[in-house]
Amino acid sequence: MWGIVRQRAVDGGFSASSLRRTRSALVSARSYAAGSKEMTVRDALNSAIDEEMSADPKVFVMGEEVGQYQGAYKITKGLLEKYGPERVYDTPITEAGFTGIGVGAAYAGLKPVVEFMTFNFSMQAIDHIINSAAKSNYMSAGQINVPIVFRGPNGAAAGVGAQHSQCYAAWYASVPGLKVLAPYSAEDARGLLKAAIRDPDPVVFLENELLYGESFPISEEALDSSFCLPIGKAKIEREGKDVTIITFSKMVGFALKAAEKLAEEGISAEVINLRSIRPLDRATINASVRKTSRLVTVEEGFPQHGVCAEICASVVEESFSYLDAPVERIAGADVPMPYAANLERLALPQVEDIVRAAKRACFRSK
Amino acid sequence: MATAFSPTIPLHENRTSLPATRLVPPPPSSAFLGSTRSLPIRRLNHALAARRSPVVAVQEIVKEKKPTNSLLITKEEGLVLYEDMILGRSFEDMCAQMYYRGKMFGFVHLYNGQEAVSTGFIKLLTQSDSVVSTYRDHVHALSKGVSARAVMSELFGKVTGCCRGQGGSMHMFSKEHNVLGGFAFIGEGIPVATGAAFTSKYKREVLKQDCDDVTVAFFGDGTCNNGQFYECLNMAALYKLPIIFVVENNLWAIGMSHLRSTSDPEIWKKGPAFGMPGVHVDGMDVLKVREVAKEAVTRARRGEGPTLVECETYRFRGHSLADPDELRDAAEKAKYAARDPITALKKYLIENKLANEAELKSIEKKIDELVEEAVEFADASPQPGRSQLLENVFADPKGFGIGPDGRYRCEDPKFTEGTAQV
Repeated sequence: MWGIVRQRAVDGGFSASSLRRTRSALVSARSYAAGSKEMTVRDALNSAIDEEMSADPKVFVMGEEVGQYQGAYKITKGLLEKYGPERVYDTPITEAGFTGIGVGAAYAGLKPVVEFMTFNFSMQAIDHIINSAAKSNYMSAGQINVPIVFRGPNGAAAGVGAQHSQCYAAWYASVPGLKVLAPYSAEDARGLLKAAIRDPDPVVFLENELLYGESFPISEEALDSSFCLPIGKAKIEREGKDVTIITFSKMVGFALKAAEKLAEEGISAEVINLRSIRPLDRATINASVRKTSRLVTVEEGFPQHGVCAEICASVVEESFSYLDAPVERIAGADVPMPYAANLERLALPQVEDIVRAAKRACFRSK
Repeated sequence: MATAFSPTIPLHENRTSLPATRLVPPPPSSAFLGSTRSLPIRRLNHALAARRSPVVAVQEIVKEKKPTNSLLITKEEGLVLYEDMILGRSFEDMCAQMYYRGKMFGFVHLYNGQEAVSTGFIKLLTQSDSVVSTYRDHVHALSKGVSARAVMSELFGKVTGCCRGQGGSMHMFSKEHNVLGGFAFIGEGIPVATGAAFTSKYKREVLKQDCDDVTVAFFGDGTCNNGQFYECLNMAALYKLPIIFVVENNLWAIGMSHLRSTSDPEIWKKGPAFGMPGVHVDGMDVLKVREVAKEAVTRARRGEGPTLVECETYRFRGHSLADPDELRDAAEKAKYAARDPITALKKYLIENKLANEAELKSIEKKIDELVEEAVEFADASPQPGRSQLLENVFADPKGFGIGPDGRYRCEDPKFTEGTAQV
């Protein structure tokens, strides 16, 4: 696979229009024709849902504003016109109610795709996600499985305040019985969402609002309607030998940028995109740390009991003797998200933080 | 027979044509007990005038028919009902015994006294109809057809239980009999039941299958103050789902009296507020419950939408076996004990010459033996093996998802070779 690094005109900016592709020197040289396709994450998600709905009539979409409004973030655009109101349901504002209805429908054999406008609102329905979806296959000893997907944007957006910015990866990933996926690129989005919809178990699909508009190159293979990625396997976005940077979702972009900066200083960083938070790909994580001996792990969520904490614990337990430096963990600040733009920037990991931590792990700085 | 849905009060008819005399308060004998306060029964006319929907709020106590040549049930039906209620009662009594002997543990909530509701509704359902319940679910599972052995073993935590010992008292699931749980959180089962009803409608309308399955959701009076209940009343009426919401109003939520916790204790009234009929029925009389249930189930099967049925009932024991049950008035308990649904049905059967003492005694004996045998079976069954601890977390064996060829990825031997680049 190729590792494509995108360069931005502005540090930390998210403008998709200023996209240029360069080939990373460390990756096997494959050249791509100039006509190689690009796709936004939004289109990737939309096409994934569209294809799965047309392949299986038991799949239906349910959520607030998914139909006539074309989706609060336009992810479900065009689906109402194509499949009709019996398969794309605009629900009232009743998270607990419609999530439970989705779970009940899944018990009885349908395959709902339940959208939360943001995962913050899933807290109103969390009882159903955990108690009636995640635990049911176990409690019923395999009689009743729940092939449901809960999807929606997760984590911080821009200036939306404390109640709309929390990252729920750690909370959901701690529950046995759930699968938790976090795509980064368009290919991840397509492959993982298709895998999630086909999956016989409850899947929490954590998207990111700021990634929706970003374009990524996408291969012909990924555009095929039977393409799906495996759940529980991480992807090595960029190979390296000095330090391993492990992250997921939007932070993968930041980590790739940081890797570029580190390369200028002679540090070759390996960037791993987790893709799947539960099951966590401990094999890939540990193999990489054993190769590089240094670990930096990054996430956007709150630091205590976070995904990074789990990765650090896993590495310390399994690869302790391979470590040459203490494990580094970068997470969001331990505060509810502030509103002011400069404070929000301070509350989230930035590229400089990742660079600094990597250098610290390599004993190049304090 | 003056049921809530009798032809003289058609549901689709415009309410203004209804004679006002239908909407009288119930006779004092059915007023709510549970505290020394008497309940002011408000007239509904002003509320009805304001309503736009043609659905009628009917508050009518189903009157017992005097024995004439057209009885409510045949002999066979009567014996089935009797047997089911005796099974529920004996089973729960045996649970109490087993609990105090330490064979059963954790939280156990018994259904004594409420059998008329379970039998009245569930005996009208087919195997493909679904039932969703709360933690007080042993008798719902038994009425739906799960064997006494399977339920008893589940309670003992043995591998032969209906959920192989993984669920326990509060989580009875049976795919074969469409018992969709068993939920510990009150109100949790209501949206799940609404979803099962949604599936039934989806199968008929989108998948074009021949499906007229209904779902019955059982829950208590305390649940009727919970948000999810209202969310589901709204959506069930909005989507016209084939569901019957059955409130087992036993007046007490652990130690909280229904009257102390609810602004308007008449739960049946909450149905019309959402556009569905709300019916109140005497839940200590299985025949009355059955008549109301017949109408509600038929309505749902015809695609006319949901119904809210409030059954006034009572639990003879405490909330759970750990509840000392000190707050309930002895006089109230005695009053309801005198209305024991099993005794009432027995009296009806004998008075109407549908069965004699000997037949009923033989049913009781048969059930006693069945329950004893269930206990022996459960006792003799082994506990789950150690490997069962980690099984069934996912339906997908190792959790890696399904590949493009439609097979589980973990079955592909190359998959676990460890390469992350796929």
